[in-house]
Amino acid sequence: MSSKDRLPIFPSRGAQMLMKARLKGAQKGHSLLKKKADALQMRFRMILSKIIETKTLMGEVMKEASFSLAEAKFATGDFNQVVLQNVTKAWLKIKTKKDNVAGVTLPVFEWYEDGTDPNMLAGLSRGGQQLTKLKKNYQSAVKLLVELASLQTSFVTLDDVIKITNRRVNAIEHVIIPRIERTLAYIISELDELEREEFYRLKKIQDKKKIIKAKAEKIKAELKAAGLLAEAQGSGNNMLDEGDEDILF
Amino acid sequence: MALHSAAKGKLISVIGDEDTCVGFLLGGVGEINKNRHSNFMVVDKATPIGEIEECFKRFIKRDDIDIILINQNIAETIRHVIDGHNQPVPAVLEIPSKDHPYDASKDSILRRARGMFNPDDMAA
Repeated sequence: MSSKDRLPIFPSRGAQMLMKARLKGAQKGHSLLKKKADALQMRFRMILSKIIETKTLMGEVMKEASFSLAEAKFATGDFNQVVLQNVTKAWLKIKTKKDNVAGVTLPVFEWYEDGTDPNMLAGLSRGGQQLTKLKKNYQSAVKLLVELASLQTSFVTLDDVIKITNRRVNAIEHVIIPRIERTLAYIISELDELEREEFYRLKKIQDKKKIIKAKAEKIKAELKAAGLLAEAQGSGNNMLDEGDEDILF
Repeated sequence: MALHSAAKGKLISVIGDEDTCVGFLLGGVGEINKNRHSNFMVVDKATPIGEIEECFKRFIKRDDIDIILINQNIAETIRHVIDGHNQPVPAVLEIPSKDHPYDASKDSILRRARGMFNPDDMAA
């Protein structure tokens, strides 16, 4: 099976040249893809360690934020419903930028403030300090989470791309290059075979010619022996006549 | 398309218990659009799982949402939906809630990461 698995191509010198070029191309592509995979892998590991770091940090920040929420509630009384009902427009928004790693675009999230805080005057009567602290804590939590989200998105994207690249590298290494090599071997063996055939044919022709020559000589010798010298001379004259007249360059 | 959305600015949506939602709304992420659809969902003990699932799917489909924050204990209940979501955008982030501390071993992303690397190496 494996010896049969080659490109359908006619074995000729031209095809051999073509295959050689393709083999070179495949090897170049393989080394380039391998480099790309390495670069991505490096980035991937960097992101992974950052993610784990940020996730643990997030735990801390969220704990603090929840605690300040409890503090604010203690100072102001329950304001959950008021906040939930008074939502209008988001003022902390995200924009996306593109980052490029070895030809892979990774989305990077960035937060920005759009307009002013509609809850600016919240807690004017009571517990203003706690509320301000609460808002600040949750804002920093959001900012951290946005950062984490871009890391996570890069992680998912890179994971996919690395898988695809590795698949390509392996395909070239284990399927395409061996196939081209097998095709080359096939072409060479066919060409060798042709050469041997040609050689054999030439030998055969030589043999045939020898036999014919021997026969002709034998007949000549027999005729000579019979004493017909004049005819032999005549044939010699004929040969000269034939040979000279037509040569015109 | 990507340029348009970048110019517009995307939203962060929250699925969580009341306190988590209130906190992030005070942080300034809440928005109610023209159709009176909010970008957050308050989940309490009485909320059926089907409703959470539906809400999560709706958030994923909306193209003005880039990040979905979800409490980890709620994420646990709709884990199959979250694991089924494998697009990079919107990014789904699991956050700890007030009464459930963060457990890294349950996180979808970290579980994927664990498959490739030893977490002890990463901490060092």
